Amino acid sequence: MEKMYITYLKNSIPPLLVLIFVVCIHYTITYVVLEPTRRFLLPPPHSIIYEGFFVPKHRDEIIRGLLITTKVSLIGLSIAYIIGFITALLMSQAKWIERSLYPWAVFTQTVPILALVPIIGFWFGFDILARIIVVVIISIFPIIINTLTGLRGASSNLHDLLTLHNATRWTRATKLMIPYSLPDMFTGLRTSAGLAIIGSIVGDFFFGRGSPGLGMLLKAYGQRLRTEELLSATLVSCLLGITVFWCFSYMGRKLVGHWSESWSS
Amino acid sequence: MADPVLTFSNVSKSFKEIRALEEVNFSINQGEFLALIGPSGCGKSTVLRLASGLDKQTTGEIDILTKKVGYVFQDPTLFPWRTVRKNVELLAELENYDKETIYKKTEEILSLVGLTEFENHYPIALSGGMKMRASLARSLLLDPELFLFDEPFGALDLITRGRLNLELMQLYVKKKFTSMFVTHSVEEGIFLSSRVIVFSGRPGKIKGEFKIPFEYPRDPKIKFSSAFGKLSLEISKVLEENS
Repeated sequence: MEKMYITYLKNSIPPLLVLIFVVCIHYTITYVVLEPTRRFLLPPPHSIIYEGFFVPKHRDEIIRGLLITTKVSLIGLSIAYIIGFITALLMSQAKWIERSLYPWAVFTQTVPILALVPIIGFWFGFDILARIIVVVIISIFPIIINTLTGLRGASSNLHDLLTLHNATRWTRATKLMIPYSLPDMFTGLRTSAGLAIIGSIVGDFFFGRGSPGLGMLLKAYGQRLRTEELLSATLVSCLLGITVFWCFSYMGRKLVGHWSESWSS
Repeated sequence: MADPVLTFSNVSKSFKEIRALEEVNFSINQGEFLALIGPSGCGKSTVLRLASGLDKQTTGEIDILTKKVGYVFQDPTLFPWRTVRKNVELLAELENYDKETIYKKTEEILSLVGLTEFENHYPIALSGGMKMRASLARSLLLDPELFLFDEPFGALDLITRGRLNLELMQLYVKKKFTSMFVTHSVEEGIFLSSRVIVFSGRPGKIKGEFKIPFEYPRDPKIKFSSAFGKLSLEISKVLEENS
């Protein structure tokens, strides 16, 4: 038990040192580099924290925004996961399916999402649904590609073993390919989780209507030159991203860490 | 005498332009342990793939009398998300054995290969030798009548390899499965088998055949006997001729 705490401490010290370093630089810029009249460009860390988290009005805005953004991201990510997994599974079953779908998977990755956002808004309105669609488009690619890599990863000997025992396509998929894909699938999910949050904020930012998530707050604070709140909302967005990333890492380690080399701690 | 379990008559195999096997003729009798020795890339593994039906020969006839064929690959091919026990049960599951039979047989086989205390370990936690034992156990559980081994111990260190040779020989004595064992180690081939077939390099052709006279069960010490040494020398000579 004690050992665990020590490792835990050891692991957290380096990033904490970086944090202290960054905060020092931040203060230096605010108080040394910037003249007092231009200090609004980068307010000191303590006033960012104060304005964002201790002024009740801002705090409530940010918490509500956080909840909406989280909700949209998670719904979008779940849908992206279901569609992505099924797509990858289909692609793994036949070369022609893979050839037919692959370009479209790449399309979701390369399309300038900013160009699509207004169109999605026209078609689906400017509220939750449209934002979820943006999230799905932005986060589906890593799920498809990583899951597909995993599904294809089993060696030919493993496949031969099943062939020798007359395994059906179904047996092959459920007993070999899907379990084999899990470590890669979690890698994809972890990447997509971060993207889902970005997608949710981007959608929100551009639609600017409906229930305000973090994106809309960022936009409003930016327009009103409220640098303190803007930076605290940004900070919250980052923390959300880190939390989600960490949750999926944890899930991956718990679910496949006991057998997968890439996920064992 | 009963018909041979497996017969190759004039079997050739080509992959596109490359001729892998040419006019291969041999047969294996019931209970025989045949070793196939040859340089790497000479088509030894292809012989196993043809025998098991994983590949189809280009020309020639293959007659096989049994459907119960066990196949042990070069690597242990364990499923990493299954424990040792679940891995050993895998093929029986695929063959739809009932649960009780699977359980009982697994108990027996695990103790036979000495893995009982590791039954709940995942392959990631096993040594190379233990993984190979689990792989053997998995095939053994189906009581194969013909056992095909594709250089199963090639990746192991010499000490583990020697131990597994001994264990396999003891299993063979106990279960009397007919075997075809591919290897490029002359010593391993002689120690295990009752007959050795030597293959030439590509395209694979049979260059020589040797009866191995030692009685089963064999003692590892026979490797140091003069008869063993003489056989190794002869086989090595054939192996090195223009290959």
